Amino acid sequence: MRKVMIGNHALSYGAKISRAQVIPAYPITPQTEVVELLSEMCANGEMDAKFIKVESEHSAMTASIGASATGARVFTATSAQGLALMHEVLHWAVGARTPIVMGNINRAMAPPWTIWTEQTDSLAQRDTGWMQLYAQNSQEVLDSVIQAYKVAEAVQIPAMVILAAFVLSHTSEAVELPEQGKVDEFLPPYEPEYRIDPANPHAFGGLTGPDGYFELRYQIQKAIEDALPKWDEVGAEFGEVFGRKYGLIETYKVEDAKNLIISSATLASTARTAVDTLREKGEKVGLLRIRIFRPFPSAQIRSILSSVDRAVVVDRNISFGASGIFYQEVKAAVYNEKNPPPIFGVIAGIGGRDVTKKDIIDIYEDIMRMDEPKSDIIWKGVRL
Amino acid sequence: MKLTIPEEEIMGHGHLACQGCGGALAMRYTLKTLGRNTVLSVPACCWSVIDGPFPHSAVNIPVFHTAFEAAASTASGIKAGFEIQGKDVNVVAWAGDGGTYDIGIQALSGAAERNDDILYICYDNEAYMNTGVQRSGSTPLKAWTTTTPVAHPKDRPKKDLISIMAAHRMPYIATASVAYPEDLTEKLEKAKSIKGTRFLLIFSPCPPGWRADPKNTVKLARLAVETKVFNLLEIENGLDWRITKKIRKPKPVIEYLKLQGRFRHLTEDDVSLIQENVEKEWNILMNKVGE
Amino acid sequence: MPEKTEKQIVFDKVKDTPPLAVSLYTMDYNKTGSWRNVRPVIDYEKCTGCMTCWKFCPEPAIDAEKYEEDGKEKYKPVIDYEYCKGCGICWVECPVEGAIYTEEEGE
Ligand code: SF4
Ligand code: SF4
Repeated sequence: MRKVMIGNHALSYGAKISRAQVIPAYPITPQTEVVELLSEMCANGEMDAKFIKVESEHSAMTASIGASATGARVFTATSAQGLALMHEVLHWAVGARTPIVMGNINRAMAPPWTIWTEQTDSLAQRDTGWMQLYAQNSQEVLDSVIQAYKVAEAVQIPAMVILAAFVLSHTSEAVELPEQGKVDEFLPPYEPEYRIDPANPHAFGGLTGPDGYFELRYQIQKAIEDALPKWDEVGAEFGEVFGRKYGLIETYKVEDAKNLIISSATLASTARTAVDTLREKGEKVGLLRIRIFRPFPSAQIRSILSSVDRAVVVDRNISFGASGIFYQEVKAAVYNEKNPPPIFGVIAGIGGRDVTKKDIIDIYEDIMRMDEPKSDIIWKGVRL
Repeated sequence: MKLTIPEEEIMGHGHLACQGCGGALAMRYTLKTLGRNTVLSVPACCWSVIDGPFPHSAVNIPVFHTAFEAAASTASGIKAGFEIQGKDVNVVAWAGDGGTYDIGIQALSGAAERNDDILYICYDNEAYMNTGVQRSGSTPLKAWTTTTPVAHPKDRPKKDLISIMAAHRMPYIATASVAYPEDLTEKLEKAKSIKGTRFLLIFSPCPPGWRADPKNTVKLARLAVETKVFNLLEIENGLDWRITKKIRKPKPVIEYLKLQGRFRHLTEDDVSLIQENVEKEWNILMNKVGE
Repeated sequence: MPEKTEKQIVFDKVKDTPPLAVSLYTMDYNKTGSWRNVRPVIDYEKCTGCMTCWKFCPEPAIDAEKYEEDGKEKYKPVIDYEYCKGCGICWVECPVEGAIYTEEEGE
């Protein structure tokens, strides 16, 4: 069945069709429609789920953790300030190994107050242990929620499905709703090894000293590493069942590409159209879209970068005092290679400033004129 | 002779509480009454240590350790998780006074306002004891703590948390004391039988934090009631206040204060001030009780 | 159900460690009797079996032993010295003069 919906509702329908059972959530622009629809579907019986109208995002996350620890499937969603308020307990969700799936609408951080898109809110959570998936359209949002549960529950690590504020969250697109029966087969009910259960009592998260903590942390790293092939496997299986295949990364015209544009989320969609235009001009250019940011698909990125002459990473985010965050990670991935290509880092679209196809073409043409990267940041679109 | 509180011991020995810990006694009574079909959401507090190190636990029922400010919200999540799976379990948030009066009050207020079906229990030892005796919103007037040193003892009275909770018009609120286990178990039984958010404050002396002899834990808890420093009461629906332990001839507060090193620095004026404050609070309470 | 152990468990290797910090064992290994400076002793000649001491022990380190006398169910308090921390609450709270007395540990 096809249905026209905004990106936010693609998250809600993703949670519904995944049979999320507990949804503790707090409203924040531009995420509000996600929880409005979910609360309605919980209230009218369309979903067999409990919606908890918590009084803050901190409580949204801790209620999610508690519910997940009982073995329930849990969904929540937030954005920017809300995600930042959750920071402490994002770590908790990982340490407690609760495979919550959360939607995050990428919105720039205050002050000054703003509601437009930027990725710094979610990327600032990169060391919490949450898996992070950057989606580029509503179909992918919905499909990714289903896949995220499958991967998260397999490795017992929570996952964020991330979409751009307004550009995606409030844009209407036709979305194919997968059949419930097929989704149920693809995503069976969650059965954790340990759950809160009076019949089989455990304490969870008790005091642990230097003689035990390290091994627990090591296991988190191993689990999230295990998720790397899982995302590809689950994305491929999803393709077989539903006809839309997904992976850790997505490539476009890279086979014979000499130069590469690397980006994520909706910026990558814009970059794709720029690649077409540049190709028409005779440029041997391709696009690499990083879909899964955590775990970071270093090997996949290395293998593509091994055959190009230069690459540019376009970041809609910034780590102040360093550079764009995807840029750092891509560079780190190839540092130990024999002859890594020069990699340029561009920061564009901060705070929701438009990034057009022409901007991407300009970026590409600019870096083609340069001999080598002279600094870690090339600014695009800031009025200097 | 008959036992006056439930016989079964659910809390095990070997736990890490200090000698004479009121918080350990509070847990023992609570588990005896609520039984094994109970789950605890425990934020940072003495009990995050008392329960024992991973992979051990002293209480023999499920304990979910959570963040300092999150006892209530975690409990709400646990309850919802059980409900959607068709399981009927007593879900208890078990927090100290820091996690209740101060950092956890937002989540507690949220849960109470929504009337989530949880029992919130605060074992109140009147300071941040686990971190080494720092003042909390529950620390009484003129008490010494490491952040209210003798030269500058606490200049504000203990927060009237019970009135704050009553303002939520939640179904059941009670105060209890480790010195009155029969009253406590009765209130727990009642709380267990009610749906919605229930709040229980258990007065739980802390010998090291109060600079008191561990043998006096129960004696101090009793004196707090006998001097009207801490009153045993019940509130239904936030409006119907009732004293459950009437004190006919209250003792002077000095009897309670003099057994505690945290009040050793008090002058006569200080003691009078505390006595006046006790009378004032009692009159306010009597207005609510309607006597 | 959690198991009792003689010693504190520390997992040797990652492969033995559960994936998250779950408890699998009780705290029985922690013989808190070693914390005691003062030992409470019950004089059963004087003890009336009121069980006040049992009621107020925070460990719990006083067992309520059930027995029958004259067809009536009765209780007798038995201090478990493996776990009694010597706080002295039982001694302060016992209503019968001399039914619990204290000895310096090691006497
Ligand atoms: S309190 Fe005293 S009299 Fe009562 S049972 Fe204990 S030892 Fe015996
Ligand atoms: S001294 Fe304290 S720990 Fe020992 S039996 Fe008496 S009350 Fe229990």
